[in-house]
Amino acid sequence: MSQAPTGRRRRRGEQAMVPDAEFSSYYGRPILRPPTWAATDIAGYLFLGGLAGASSVLAAGAELTGRPALARTGKVGALVAISASMYALVHDLGRPARFVNMLRVVKPSSPMSIGTWILSAYGPQVGLAALTDVTGRFTRLGRVATIGAGLVGPAVAAYTGVLVADTAVPAWHEGYRELPFVFVGSAASAAGGLGMLATPRDQAGPARRAAVLGGALELAAGRLRERRMGMVSEALHTGTAGKLMRAAEALTVTGAVVGGLLGGRSRVAAVIGGAAALAGSACTRFAIFQSGVASAKDPRYTVQPQRERLDRTKS
Amino acid sequence: MSFNLRDLLTADDPPGRSGYADPQPRHGFFTDTSVCIGCKACEVACKEWNDVPEDGLDFTGMSYDNTGGLSANTWRHVAFIEQRKPAVDLGLPTFTKPGEQGEGERTEFRWLMSSDVCKHCTHAACLDVCPTGALFRTEFGTVVVQPDICNGCGYCIPACPYGVIDQREDDGRAWKCTMCYDRLGAGMQPACAQACPTDSIQYGELDELRERADARLAALQERGVTDARLYGRDENDGVGGDGAFFLLLDEPEVYGLPPDPVVTTRDLPAMWKHAGVAAATLLAGIAISFLGGRRS
Repeated sequence: MSQAPTGRRRRRGEQAMVPDAEFSSYYGRPILRPPTWAATDIAGYLFLGGLAGASSVLAAGAELTGRPALARTGKVGALVAISASMYALVHDLGRPARFVNMLRVVKPSSPMSIGTWILSAYGPQVGLAALTDVTGRFTRLGRVATIGAGLVGPAVAAYTGVLVADTAVPAWHEGYRELPFVFVGSAASAAGGLGMLATPRDQAGPARRAAVLGGALELAAGRLRERRMGMVSEALHTGTAGKLMRAAEALTVTGAVVGGLLGGRSRVAAVIGGAAALAGSACTRFAIFQSGVASAKDPRYTVQPQRERLDRTKS
Repeated sequence: MSFNLRDLLTADDPPGRSGYADPQPRHGFFTDTSVCIGCKACEVACKEWNDVPEDGLDFTGMSYDNTGGLSANTWRHVAFIEQRKPAVDLGLPTFTKPGEQGEGERTEFRWLMSSDVCKHCTHAACLDVCPTGALFRTEFGTVVVQPDICNGCGYCIPACPYGVIDQREDDGRAWKCTMCYDRLGAGMQPACAQACPTDSIQYGELDELRERADARLAALQERGVTDARLYGRDENDGVGGDGAFFLLLDEPEVYGLPPDPVVTTRDLPAMWKHAGVAAATLLAGIAISFLGGRRS
């Protein structure tokens, strides 16, 4: 309720081994306004956008190496995922009918503006790639669109890391260097999962390897990110975010091991592993989303790192 | 006008560079909290002038503050803090205080009261990240939302390092202090400053306000008020200084203000660089997945 005493300032030159436990606040109220975004819309979008982007890369690779079934999984999967993404993004707007206002400016200082234009370049190509594949018409145009979507796909998967990091939310902004790597790793894991789940085993080799490489990148980048975040990383291990994070790690590892390593020999393993990889990627996105909300609501995550920064510059 | 990538990514129209044909000197607020009496006239004047909707009559249990904090429907907020510390000697007429003449023990006690408001940052994160251009920099150097453009994407809300701007729930759009843009255009001062009975809220040209604040700080420190400090006055801080800055009598976080706010877009070039490498990593990683056997 009341304010903690303020006389907890370290003297100059004194080395603090652990961060100060005490801090002052205004009746424990948050300093930041927590994001008003709905988790299902925006964490859902982070997952689906990543799934779409990486699936398009897989589809382009499959197209170029003569794996038509894997290519179709990637193309159709990307179209479904990006369509659901677009629905979630528009649904989350306070004024959905004004979605088009996004298109009245190109604003380099706004990752959401840049993202809108990335999606505008990406969406139509994904649509063309999937429709031409399914209908079997305009196959040459479809091939161009497939490769085009495969080249824009990584931007779709990576930019969302900037989208959420470019905020004052401690658990999103701190660790902004590693976040896009966590996101592309998670995206590759999800796309690999979908690929092995929905494609015959003899064509799904690249999907299995993508799930292994993606899962490894996601976990490694996540570890580096936490180290960089300092005390803010607590937000990833407590509450809803903590539960989701533990589930995400278990599922991603299951996806990589069961699906990635055993999925080539067993259809059952491919299905279980694929589903685990997809679920793991979704849990990662929801965990990071929820950690951000929690870190914005607790003034400790705002005050303590800033105090430490001030104390460091003073001494 | 110089141009480089860093400016493009980080500084969307800082004051004085917004291309107005008739730019005005930058205007702002200096809120001297040492003379705030907690009357909340600023809160009322703001609500009335700007037709800001009612936002609940809540009992917070937080001293005399049932407003809670700045929000979409609260553009001025008076904070009340009760502290067991000696009161600040402001050189006002003195009187005998309870406990001073032997009838019981005298306990030290002081009020901190402060009227918070949007900081109208030099480098405003809300304005930087707005994807529609609804937020813009006025000719007075203030930051204003155009309600007819805002589509309620909500990006400005987590971007603000002070937790000022917020979404109006029944309306969907983002709202905050406009520094009474309509009044400024007519040569008047903002409603809160007009209503403030102690001149705790001072409005004017920012350069002049800064001089006034420096003088006030020096006077207080000379009187032994060593806790006094200016907040948002430093043009080299993480947001390039605030258009609305404060004289505080304790640490900023005691008032619910961040001690060292930084505009998030300061790191945007580095963020894009890392995202670019991550995207290339994804492309390369999946390409590698296609090596090792044509049919496997």
